[in-house]
Amino acid sequence: MKTSTESAKRSFVDYLWERMSKGSFWATKLKSWLWIFVRTVLISGISFIILYPILIKVVIAFKDPIDLYDATVVWIPKHFTLDNFKLVSDALHFPKILLNTALLSGTVMFLQTLCCVLAGYGFSRIKFRGSGLLFGCVIFTILVPPQTIMIPTYLQYKNFDVLGIVSLFTTQPLNLINTYWPFLISSALGMGLKTGLFVYIFRQFFRGIPKEMEEAALVDGSGTFGTFVKIILPNAMPSVVTVMLFSFVWQWNDSYFTNLILNDAKVMSSMMSTAAAQILFYLTPPGGSFKPDPLYLSMIQNTAVLMAITPLIVMYLFVQRHFVESMERSGLVG
Amino acid sequence: MKLPKLRMTLHQKQKYKGVWFILPWFAGFLFLFFTPLVNSLRYSFSKLELNETGFSMQFVGWANYRNALFVNEHYVRGLTESLLNMVINVPLIVIFSLFAAVLLNQKFKGRALSRAIFFLPVILASGVIASIESGDYMQGVIKGASQQASGESAMFQSLELAKLLYNSGVNHHIVQYLVGAVERIYQIVTSSGVQILIFVAGLQSISGSLYEASKIEGATAYESFWKITFPMISPLILTNVIYSIIDNLLGSQTTKQIQETAFKAFQFGLSASMAWIYFAAISLLLWVVAMLISRKVFYYD
Repeated sequence: MKTSTESAKRSFVDYLWERMSKGSFWATKLKSWLWIFVRTVLISGISFIILYPILIKVVIAFKDPIDLYDATVVWIPKHFTLDNFKLVSDALHFPKILLNTALLSGTVMFLQTLCCVLAGYGFSRIKFRGSGLLFGCVIFTILVPPQTIMIPTYLQYKNFDVLGIVSLFTTQPLNLINTYWPFLISSALGMGLKTGLFVYIFRQFFRGIPKEMEEAALVDGSGTFGTFVKIILPNAMPSVVTVMLFSFVWQWNDSYFTNLILNDAKVMSSMMSTAAAQILFYLTPPGGSFKPDPLYLSMIQNTAVLMAITPLIVMYLFVQRHFVESMERSGLVG
Repeated sequence: MKLPKLRMTLHQKQKYKGVWFILPWFAGFLFLFFTPLVNSLRYSFSKLELNETGFSMQFVGWANYRNALFVNEHYVRGLTESLLNMVINVPLIVIFSLFAAVLLNQKFKGRALSRAIFFLPVILASGVIASIESGDYMQGVIKGASQQASGESAMFQSLELAKLLYNSGVNHHIVQYLVGAVERIYQIVTSSGVQILIFVAGLQSISGSLYEASKIEGATAYESFWKITFPMISPLILTNVIYSIIDNLLGSQTTKQIQETAFKAFQFGLSASMAWIYFAAISLLLWVVAMLISRKVFYYD
């Protein structure tokens, strides 16, 4: 018994030796090592490019004003301080804006996902004359740039009226500009930001779910909506998560619609575009004129941007595992 | 007398039940998309003025379009510039994202981390953050300091690259293109998040048995990329090209100009006509691109 294992071991060693003495073995080894090296360099390089702006902001945000004028300080500040964060938080009413934005983005996310998941499911199941044309409309909404319908949309929300119903109760149509209603209405009816894309994603996903599953549920006595809620939705979780993340983030970052509809800086993205002016206003003593150092102002602005994206990054850290690992099933691919 | 009940098979019923699910979207499409679209077309042919009771409209024919195309000094230049930028950027974005997706699809240590980093631009590179990014004071200072430390400027580095390429006999235009690409690497990387996502998802759906079979037949990795990966992923290349075009144009100069014409100069009719010309240009371009690419696209089933 012992001799047989020994001989097996020896033959294995011989075999290894034989393989290693060949040039081609080393050539392939070298090739694969070289590839691993190149890949590592590439991936870390690109990762650095992506992370660089965030790193730079973090570095700037923790700096003390003294460090700004110190030529020896480039990356790592000598005096760590949280003053910048405090200043931004006070000057821009940050907690209130954060709450506003989170609420708005969250609500929009839920409404939008709900509408799109319904529409996507519907589109994957209908099949009658003209259903292709109807789905063509979804593609059409993706293709038309939002600027094309910008003015009518604005006027529509300025004089909001659905088939004259509102005018029956009040003397004049409602003015919804500078409220949150336009966001809620457009997302609930599936015409928010890039909604066509979401409908497309869901439709592609649901086309991959076998019909037999629904039929089995139907035979067992579940209604259409019951089947949808109990059978289809749980299966669709990966794509739901993807769409939710997209929807939340795009609403959070969107400056186009928010600037169109909200006049005051009530949410994060519109706050960001006016941040510099607001900080200047805050720093100016009442009645006096004040010319702050542009470097200092820029430092504060960088802090503000960092504070605006931090919640997104934190959220992404929680969701990303689910998002990254399950996307092959998320219906992004037909 | 009893009415004959409309009899349908289960499948037929299912087909029509789907309509209920679409209804909310369809209502939105009618009221929030189709109506504004028609209105926008009407506005583009008329002079629109806001007053206390709402707005008044006056039909002016093609005047707005003539104004946008022949009178306004910025519009045509801005439009060609945005389109040109897009034509330059989109191939780079698509090639880069395919490359990155192939990298991220391999098995290596820290794959989850690098994937997480590569998809980060999906979150960050949109809207107002990106616009603040450029031309910031403090960041310029730090960049300058780092470059001083390494003793050379970015300008110099790309000059070196250009010289190298010229000497090896590469066409002048291609050199310019590549050098430009190197200088815009940040822009390209940050705008290809969604595209990488789509490509990775596509790569994962290619069955491994294809690769195994080709490996047994003696194909190298290079060959199996061009004979398997590329054809299998070609439908997604079309998707990604179209997505990149649309995404790229959203933040372009022309869109800004359209918005400013409407809400700073209050020339609503002119702005609407600008938007329609813009839309026509995009659709023409998309149509041409889709035609060209879809000829080469390979569908597995």
